[in-house]
Amino acid sequence: MNNAQDNPFRSEKALKRLRRRRNADMRFQGYGIVALGFALFALVFLISAIAWKASGASTYHVIRVDLELSPQTILPEGDASPEEITRNIEGFYSLVRNDLLTRFPEANETVQSKRAFSSLIDRMAVLPLAREVADEPHLIGQTTSVDVPLSDDVDMFLKGAAPRAIFLRVGEASSPMRNAEEGDFKIEVDRLNKVSAKIAAIGQHGAEPTVLLVADKSVGRIKSMEDGDVILEILTGRQDQFDGASVKAVIIPSPEDQRSVSDQQIAWALALKAEGVIKRVPHFSLLTHTDSTYPELAGALAALVGSLLTMLVTAAVSIPMGIFAAIFLEEFAPKNRLTQIIEVNINNLAAVPSIVFGLLGATLLLGTFGLPRSAPLVGGLVLALLILPVVIIAARAALRAVPPSIRSGALAVGASRMQAVFHHVLPLALPGMLTGAILGMARALGETAPLLLIGMVAFVAEVPSSTTDEATALPVLIYSWASNAERAWEPMTAAVIVILLAILVLMNLAVVLLRRKFERRW
Amino acid sequence: MDTTYDPALAGEGADDGQPLLYPRIDCRDVSVFYSGKQAVFDVSLPVFDRSVTALIGPSGCGKSTFLRCLNRMNDTIDGAKVTGEIFMDGENINSSHIDPVLLRSRVGMVFQKPNPFPKSIYDNIAYGPRIHGLVDDRQELDAIVEKSLRRAGLWEEVKDRLGQPGTSLSGGQQQRLCIARAIAVRPEVILMDEPCSSLDPIATARIEELIDELRKRYCIVIVTHSMQQAARVSQRTAFFHLGHLVEMGDTDQIFTSPRERRTEDYITGRFG
Amino acid sequence: MAQELGQLPMGWLLTALIVIVVASGFSIGRIRAERYLIAGGQKFHSRGNYHGYYVAMWGFIPPLLVAGLYVLFAKPTALGLLSSELPEAFHTLSSAELQSYLESVANAAAMGGYSGSDLVFATVTGRYLELWGSLKGATLALMLAGAVTGIMYARRKVSPAFRARLRVERGAEAFLFLCAAIAIATTVGIVASLLYESLRFFAEVPFTDFLFGTRWNAQTSAEFGALPLFFGTFMIALIAMLVAAPVGLFSAIYLSEYASVRTRRYVKPLLEMLAGIPTVVYGFFALLVIAPAVRASALGINSFLIELGAANGPVLAAQPTSALAAGLVMGVMVIPFVSSLSDDVINAVPDSLRDGAFAMGATKSETIKQIILPAALPGIVASMLLAVSRAIGETMIVVMAAGQRARISFDPSTDLTTITVQIVALLTGETEFDSPKTLSAFALGLVLFVVTLIFNLIALRVVQRYRDKYE
Repeated sequence: MNNAQDNPFRSEKALKRLRRRRNADMRFQGYGIVALGFALFALVFLISAIAWKASGASTYHVIRVDLELSPQTILPEGDASPEEITRNIEGFYSLVRNDLLTRFPEANETVQSKRAFSSLIDRMAVLPLAREVADEPHLIGQTTSVDVPLSDDVDMFLKGAAPRAIFLRVGEASSPMRNAEEGDFKIEVDRLNKVSAKIAAIGQHGAEPTVLLVADKSVGRIKSMEDGDVILEILTGRQDQFDGASVKAVIIPSPEDQRSVSDQQIAWALALKAEGVIKRVPHFSLLTHTDSTYPELAGALAALVGSLLTMLVTAAVSIPMGIFAAIFLEEFAPKNRLTQIIEVNINNLAAVPSIVFGLLGATLLLGTFGLPRSAPLVGGLVLALLILPVVIIAARAALRAVPPSIRSGALAVGASRMQAVFHHVLPLALPGMLTGAILGMARALGETAPLLLIGMVAFVAEVPSSTTDEATALPVLIYSWASNAERAWEPMTAAVIVILLAILVLMNLAVVLLRRKFERRW
Repeated sequence: MDTTYDPALAGEGADDGQPLLYPRIDCRDVSVFYSGKQAVFDVSLPVFDRSVTALIGPSGCGKSTFLRCLNRMNDTIDGAKVTGEIFMDGENINSSHIDPVLLRSRVGMVFQKPNPFPKSIYDNIAYGPRIHGLVDDRQELDAIVEKSLRRAGLWEEVKDRLGQPGTSLSGGQQQRLCIARAIAVRPEVILMDEPCSSLDPIATARIEELIDELRKRYCIVIVTHSMQQAARVSQRTAFFHLGHLVEMGDTDQIFTSPRERRTEDYITGRFG
Repeated sequence: MAQELGQLPMGWLLTALIVIVVASGFSIGRIRAERYLIAGGQKFHSRGNYHGYYVAMWGFIPPLLVAGLYVLFAKPTALGLLSSELPEAFHTLSSAELQSYLESVANAAAMGGYSGSDLVFATVTGRYLELWGSLKGATLALMLAGAVTGIMYARRKVSPAFRARLRVERGAEAFLFLCAAIAIATTVGIVASLLYESLRFFAEVPFTDFLFGTRWNAQTSAEFGALPLFFGTFMIALIAMLVAAPVGLFSAIYLSEYASVRTRRYVKPLLEMLAGIPTVVYGFFALLVIAPAVRASALGINSFLIELGAANGPVLAAQPTSALAAGLVMGVMVIPFVSSLSDDVINAVPDSLRDGAFAMGATKSETIKQIILPAALPGIVASMLLAVSRAIGETMIVVMAAGQRARISFDPSTDLTTITVQIVALLTGETEFDSPKTLSAFALGLVLFVVTLIFNLIALRVVQRYRDKYE
């Protein structure tokens, strides 16, 4: 075999061509990997971005104080009816605030300082406490430990989200010397160059960053800094606490007038934190509270129940109807024009934009039939129509998967067609139908647009108790929270998304398990 | 007899009708596994040039699987593994440094069901020469298309409608189109996997005639279910059973005086 | 008395009545059949249960019809009767005021009556409760009468020769057909309601002004030129397809032709998860992550161009919400719509074609590009069409990340608005039902429905043809 070179496929030219073709082959496969990689990356990026955001809302800061629920404050008029107690928000609020105010004499000095201090906690934050006391009047007069959520701005600061702050441990402080100006004093701090280096690293954006020094429960603001010496303005606490204490520096780059928390409020919050009054606790109220205009008080309970009620209506309408329609089309429908139209119709309906169903609901159900706006009943009906094609298509596939031998077997022993279908075919097809129905329900659970159009976007502070009450749903809650301007809503929204996705994952898991359990090969 | 082989003449060789009696392909201890299950067991089989070798045996005996080793078509199946050596021109084509793309341009294949590409008749034939860069201009390509169609005995029937889709032809014509398509790349070997199984008797006869014609230029290996067909078109026959090569030899000898009992049973129709 | 009737919990009563009727109908029919059986020993055509079902069916249908009529028309009827009885003084009210007055009367009645100090209102509410009560009473009576008549009629039919089973089955089949016909009813409902409201809109705003006008300002002034909305919708769908078409197609090709069975088994569901994520989540993601990133890049490009001297001022709009942000995220969302169907059609290309190409010495990519993709082309085109239709009809992503300003601009970093965004904007919040502003939402909805319908019809047709060819 000496003439291999003469083979047309062994020539230099042919080999070169082959290399080129092989490279093209590799490139083409590469495109596929890149495309798939992009899609999967997008999925992972989306989920992790939201999970990361949501993790910020998994805990929040509360003020934990022991309060004496004195009757004078809670029941100024001596009326112990639950309504009176819950109405007396102001009383509970002042109870909490006054307890805290005793720690900070400087907050009591002026009206402004008192107001600034008060905004550490929103008034409505004591409502759960008021409700609890209203339910259990025997608590009045006793001393009890209370958790009150901190205002979202302070909470965001303590979580390091906004305004961003840099915490540095610097060295020991010398004993403070009174400075010429009132309230200020001079102090020497070790390793203060760390702070100046950090400030230089951040870079100058116009205004000087605020630098606070914290020693135990005392907080001071640096007015000027030279080598190791600083002129400190005490914001809260006593200067002698700095004497020999190891000092923490807090650098806040953004200027005070551009943020929602002042230096003084930050100082109080840091002092309360150092004292252990401010605690970071799991954010269970996300699941037990209803909507609120204050992020730290808001929860998804009403939306969860609203979604549940809506899904109940959707399931009650779409599942039986879809299954019956599928049985008709698959088992009884004569091959005629009408059947054909129905089939094309169903396939088309499956691809109609969901918002169009919302329009249908708005005119037909709200307008013509006069059903109540914002009600789970209407939302459920609209979503039922929306997923009906999905359920029908899945149910038909399940029926088709039952081999004809089952039908002929039943017919052969004298069953009518109806009996054959309902006694023999349907039980076998039911698991498949169910998986399709669950997938349809999962889709309905995530739908937002049609619900917006039938008014389920209303602010709902009461847990709906029936399908005709005003309600909202989880995805709609996500939409409304996402449209709120305050930064604190972002992690909250992400957290609700995580809840919604968790439910969807559970539903899909149920589908997988059902399929595995009932998988059958004929 | 001259036993040296000149590949430049592949498919163009002297049309003397004489089988060249040296192995074009030499298989040694070929085994095939599908996801760990062995389908072909240590088959050693020489395939001679300018002749038709028929692989016969009951269905599921591994003859098609074995055939697909000869142009590495088993590579396209997930979990298939081929061991052993298959020599062609002194090179083991079953080794990883042989590019199956090159190999397949030398070993053409025709399948059970005619599978013309969803393209015109012309483009079906021109496909191979195009991808392998065998031609430089349109005229050359026209020439190859015409020659291939002529050799497949289809030219007269389709010369006026080369632009029509290949799928518009009848089953037998489609199969001849596929043969023409395979010839167009100027292969040295043509593998045929039950090429007539989906055709009617008249179309089958036409294909068989064609095979006999092609034998003069190519080395042909054909898998067939029909013993009559094997007897009619082949010079050598190999009998497979349960993945083993039971017996091989000249077709006359296999059909008249088989050495093995199993071969005899199969040929006389006692099983199959 | 009638007032008390007005507070009957009808939902429960109707349900209970129907349940009782069905149960008694069933037992009446069955008992009668069995009595024959015991007495005569004659051979029955149908088993006793079927006679029961038959009678129950006849007892069930008339009250169901009555209940349906009640649900649909009771409230409008009661309100209509009430407004016809209202004294002269009310006639000075405009129809909208009257409407809202009646609505509050109905609400008060639903809460159990009015006990406040407005005497007129209390009287009107009381009268409404009376009317409402008599309607409820009449409904219940009618239902009962219908049920009894039906049962009596059916009971007489029970006899050994009576083919109860056939009748019952025919009834059941009719019921099944009705369920299937709901799909048609839905479509008819959609078309009818959209058309009706749109026609009312076009009575006030000329059709051509709507379709070709370039100024859209429905919220504040009455400008209804929808062209900027069509443009925005088109632009964002285009961006989405620029992402989804290549990514979806190449993913499908990789999964169906290159990936091992194992990879496919794990990756395909992951890819389809993209379609299972609610769109409001995508919207949030676009708003939170992508829109700021788009804005930052646009600002970066602006300052880069200015530094280069290629521009004097900002070239890109760099808005906080942008067409690009919405389009990119929407593109990711529709990837599975392209990949899933494309994957299906590529898989449907018979293996014999692959074998044929490989046997000719084609490489894998040549086989795919030259043989498989041309063969699968119709299906792939269909998948693209479906994805486009999905992108056009998508609402939440654009509502959250595309913006509200109607304008025509090819700058991807600018905010555009779409059909769906405007529908939501027009129909959420306080809406008066008869203003052109509200009606314009339905005209937009009609356009959306028609366009997506055309896309879907073509796509489904192509896919059907394709299936017929290879299966």
